[in-house]
Amino acid sequence: MPIFSSFCMWSQRQSLLRRVACGVEELRCRRREREAALRKARRERQLVSKRLLREAPEEAAEEGAAAVLGEAEIQHFLRLAQRGTEEKKREEALVTLRQGLQHLETQQTFIRLEGSMQTLVGLLTCNRALLQLEAARCLHELSHSEQSMVAEACLPATSYLLTYLSGHSSNFIELCLYTLGNLIVESEAVRKQLLPQGIVPALASCIQSPHMAVLEAVGYALSQLLQAKEAPEEIIPCILNSTLPQHMLQLMQPGPKLNPGIAVEFAWCLHYIICSQVNNALLITHGALSTLALLLLDLAEVVQRTEDAGLELLACPVIRCLSNLLTEVAVEDVEGQMQLGDERVVAALFILLEFFLQKQPSLLPEGLWLLNNLTANSPTLCTSLLSLDLIEPLLQLSSLSNMVSVLVLTVLCNVAEKGPAYCRRLWPGPLLPCLLNTVTLSDTEVVGQSLELLQLLFLYQPEAAQDFLQQSGLQALERHREEVQLQDRVRALQQTALHG
Amino acid sequence: MLLPSALRARLAGAPGAAEPLPVERSPAARAAPFGFVPRPVRFPREHEFFEDGDVQRHLYLQDVITQVAEAPEKSRVPEFTCQVAGCCQVFAALEDYQHHYHMMHGNACSLCSRAFPSEHLLDAHILEWHDSLFQVLAERQDMYQCLVEGCREKFKNTQDRKDHMVRLHLYPADFRFDKPKTSRGPSMPGAIADLSTRTLADDGDAMEVCPSPMTLSSAPVSEKRTYSHRVPSTICFGQGALRGFKSTKKKNKHH
Repeated sequence: MPIFSSFCMWSQRQSLLRRVACGVEELRCRRREREAALRKARRERQLVSKRLLREAPEEAAEEGAAAVLGEAEIQHFLRLAQRGTEEKKREEALVTLRQGLQHLETQQTFIRLEGSMQTLVGLLTCNRALLQLEAARCLHELSHSEQSMVAEACLPATSYLLTYLSGHSSNFIELCLYTLGNLIVESEAVRKQLLPQGIVPALASCIQSPHMAVLEAVGYALSQLLQAKEAPEEIIPCILNSTLPQHMLQLMQPGPKLNPGIAVEFAWCLHYIICSQVNNALLITHGALSTLALLLLDLAEVVQRTEDAGLELLACPVIRCLSNLLTEVAVEDVEGQMQLGDERVVAALFILLEFFLQKQPSLLPEGLWLLNNLTANSPTLCTSLLSLDLIEPLLQLSSLSNMVSVLVLTVLCNVAEKGPAYCRRLWPGPLLPCLLNTVTLSDTEVVGQSLELLQLLFLYQPEAAQDFLQQSGLQALERHREEVQLQDRVRALQQTALHG
Repeated sequence: MLLPSALRARLAGAPGAAEPLPVERSPAARAAPFGFVPRPVRFPREHEFFEDGDVQRHLYLQDVITQVAEAPEKSRVPEFTCQVAGCCQVFAALEDYQHHYHMMHGNACSLCSRAFPSEHLLDAHILEWHDSLFQVLAERQDMYQCLVEGCREKFKNTQDRKDHMVRLHLYPADFRFDKPKTSRGPSMPGAIADLSTRTLADDGDAMEVCPSPMTLSSAPVSEKRTYSHRVPSTICFGQGALRGFKSTKKKNKHH
């Protein structure tokens, strides 16, 4: 199956990405540290920063890499690159410079040197292709610097980087894109230059490239641009006005041509656009809901076959996009959107929930959030949950965490509130023991949601109250009598149970 | 999590859904102290609900970026020379040749041998330097188009255009792909002097590979329109990438 094989190749690449120079335990430890650092950064709203993009640049330096370069050496290599007579020597000079530029001190010396950036830009635009490439690599190193001053020193080159995006040399374009991606992240001041210089039309032109690596790089650069603080006001409207949304959606179409590495990037781009709520109606007219739903179905298919493909990286943004977009569709229209009245979407979601349970339990809440948005106003999909026998699997999730419990109970409330025909199918069954358990928990939100569900069940399926009583449900409720947020509902339920 | 065995079959089955059960709500359902109302929920970007997924995303990006920063492995081949007439560059790696070919010969003007980084700039060049109709029209209307892709503004002359690009688009005043036309002979002494100090081997120049001063001054603005030399976009190198995606604009310019 064509899609399967491209996912397989992607996952192989994933594992090759980290050179296994150290043991598995050390890798795991380092990953935990990286994760902790990222979590902290996110809470401080500093998640998009270059410092975090590449860990320990010194480590990334090759063995035998050049040491820090001094002023005289930098000048020497620049001069050699610019005016040397032998092609090979000129290239090597730039390679040496690049290696030196991996060090912050070299970077700082470089930018302090008068005319150095000018020379580098001259080499970037000269008529020797390989010197252009090496100059671009030097620029890439500089763009990646932790120090703003160094990265901002790259600004004179941006008009050229953008111009080159319309060319045909794919390796070079890829490099320019990652360099631009670094600069984009740098500061609002940099973006204030890139936008008038035409970065959006340049990306719109680049996204039509047939080269996979270029497309992935476009996705990356665009995702960085979309995460800017000022994106909702300054950047997203511009992007929605361009042809980018249509191309992005096209690159996310399921089918034999779907490339997961590329789809991941654009799925995240779409997520940043959608959750900024600038003009989601426009995306809906471009068929976003349909594309996303079909992609969800596709993912559920693939997930059953591949062992470890990192598919959650794609599933996550797809789920977020679908879920947020659903809030923009009028109640009456939800089922009208063909794919959303299709119970295969629910089947797919449950298959993905099981996948998350195995591979990435932290994504379960997001999956359940989508399930809530799908079922809230849809009698069709609530019926599907019942007819596809998904209530019991849903209940199996409810003991995992408070967040997950609340979401499971909310979905069940979505079903129960639709009336007696629905409640009849919920009771009797495994729901009773589940609720008897959840009402004994201490988390107020979990208990609160359980009480809401119980009330709906008692109302539409009176036998439920009897069963609950017989199983000592009342005693279970007692412990919450003093809880401010719960007491009124507890008392009301006890009344109903006792007196009908 | 035990999924019903029929579920996978359902996923692979036909689109559609069973007839929904009848909805029948009682007003007592939402009576105080209860208040459940089914409601789709939206989360904005920075919401903590997204924390875990965001962290996973960035872990992945870190791996990708680290790899990008490393110079790629080149596929070494026995040395060969570029086959384009007049070019004698030698290469020992396919990727190097691909880059050279695209940058130096890909968007090259057949009339004056200048190479441009993109089709867009080549088109502008041909129009402004080699099209006599353009010259005629330019005397009466604004014809010089802004060089930034996506901007449709047109100007009376190259200076006005440059001013626009500097002011509005924050382009450098010495943007190297916007050289003023220099083939007008003695009326632009500065340009000629400039040319005479240049040699073919002067790599301080921008990508444009200019013919020697002698040939340039004897090449008047051509009256007859000729075909522009454009590398067929279907040429591809070692990597097996699909080509032929780009513009549907005419490749050949006729007058």
